[in-house]
Amino acid sequence: MKVGILAIQGDVEAHAKAVERLGAETAWVRREKDLAGIDALILPGGESTTISKGLERVGLYEPLETFARSGKPVLGTCAGALLLAREIENYPVRSLGLLDLVAVRNAYGTQVNSFAAVPDVIEGRPGPLEGLRCVFIRAPQLRRPGPEVEVLARVDGWPVCVRQGNVLATTFHPELTDDTRIHQLLLEKA
Amino acid sequence: MSKNNSKNGNGSGEGRSSAESFEIKVGLAEMMKGGVIMDVTTAEQAKIAEEAGACAVMALERVPADIRKEGGVARMCSIEIIEGIQRTVSIPVMAKVRIGHFAEARVLEQLGVDFIDESEVLTPADDAHHIDKHAYRSPFVCGCRDLGEALRRIGEGAAMIRTKGEAGSGNIVEAVRHLRQVNGDIRALTALRPEELASRAKELRAPLELVQRVAEAGCLPVPNFAAGGIATPADAVLCMSLGAEAVFVGSGIFKSEDPARRAAAVVRATTHWNEPEEVLAASRGLGSAMPGIEMETLGEHERLANRGW
Repeated sequence: MKVGILAIQGDVEAHAKAVERLGAETAWVRREKDLAGIDALILPGGESTTISKGLERVGLYEPLETFARSGKPVLGTCAGALLLAREIENYPVRSLGLLDLVAVRNAYGTQVNSFAAVPDVIEGRPGPLEGLRCVFIRAPQLRRPGPEVEVLARVDGWPVCVRQGNVLATTFHPELTDDTRIHQLLLEKA
Repeated sequence: MSKNNSKNGNGSGEGRSSAESFEIKVGLAEMMKGGVIMDVTTAEQAKIAEEAGACAVMALERVPADIRKEGGVARMCSIEIIEGIQRTVSIPVMAKVRIGHFAEARVLEQLGVDFIDESEVLTPADDAHHIDKHAYRSPFVCGCRDLGEALRRIGEGAAMIRTKGEAGSGNIVEAVRHLRQVNGDIRALTALRPEELASRAKELRAPLELVQRVAEAGCLPVPNFAAGGIATPADAVLCMSLGAEAVFVGSGIFKSEDPARRAAAVVRATTHWNEPEEVLAASRGLGSAMPGIEMETLGEHERLANRGW
């Protein structure tokens, strides 16, 4: 299995290491042709303004959308989650509109407000991501999810891991910790 | 700005353990990989940098080329300028403090600056001691010329390292020298036997625990970016090719003929550093670069890289 990682800017290497730990191959995606032969796609963390401008320049918005609509699994983390949203608030950039929700940039504040946490336990039911250490770096918040959006984890009541069909997103960085549960969720759909 | 709104998550950072705090600090450095961080002195310049695709801006009162020309004591940027930049852009805002000036650092932390650069470009405030960077919620970046200096800064809590180069010179030769030195030092370390690491740590004047970690991993425990003298897209590509994970451009953008265009070109070349046709395209039609300085014409006391201990 080969996992493509969008390599415009951001923590591409960290995602590659996580994927390789699970025994899959990786490939950098910077052009439409790089999507050929890819079984799953990751949009990494990074600076969403920078990544968005790079996507425009190389003309990758449409190919990425086509890839996702083909049904192959896609994971976006932090900036990657923003790019998947229907709508972005607070300094919006162009997004792919693959997740029916609103993403709010820098919703927690600046880097001094960045934090780590574990998912909420709701009504005593821990859920599949129990105890997952979630590292939030200048993270966005996901708000107003539509009926198709499944919330897999919340922190302080906010959705931090969501899925809509083949599209998975986290506002935290699973690639920065050793827990590979999120990457497993991606690979098991491929 | 929303602060302290996270109960479970210690959103304020108050309850971070020191290991967790370091992980969160290095996390932001990870997010800047493959990007360009640009020096800016006004909110207008910050906007130009953001529009060009910079992954962060560095606020300072004068770019290094002007500090060099005008002389005098170079201090932390004024609060009004930093706040103006924070209000204007959505990308991370960094700012410089003088080496050892922990009070300036507290002010920037209080301002919610995303990264603090304890920088040799400003006039040092302490001729023997750097800031204890573990003691802050804000992450720090520091300059280095070799592995020993990098590890001393990381030992003090730096979450990102940049090679110093020679700021404000428009001359890439020192950046190349420092990148080769750091990466050469790391390669040499990986060839040593475990019992040889202690004496090497002594020579490097670096903590043994960090020397052992680098010997084992073959890389620094934090991202290593390049700075000091980058003036063209090809300069950025040279640094990326020598192992830098991102680049800082200081005077190179706003001392050039067409800053907006050059800024976008350096971003494009950095993203596509291993694709020559993209670097060529990025290098076209930029107008003139900043004027540069021959290293031989700089006396030892004029070299900013010599500051820091």
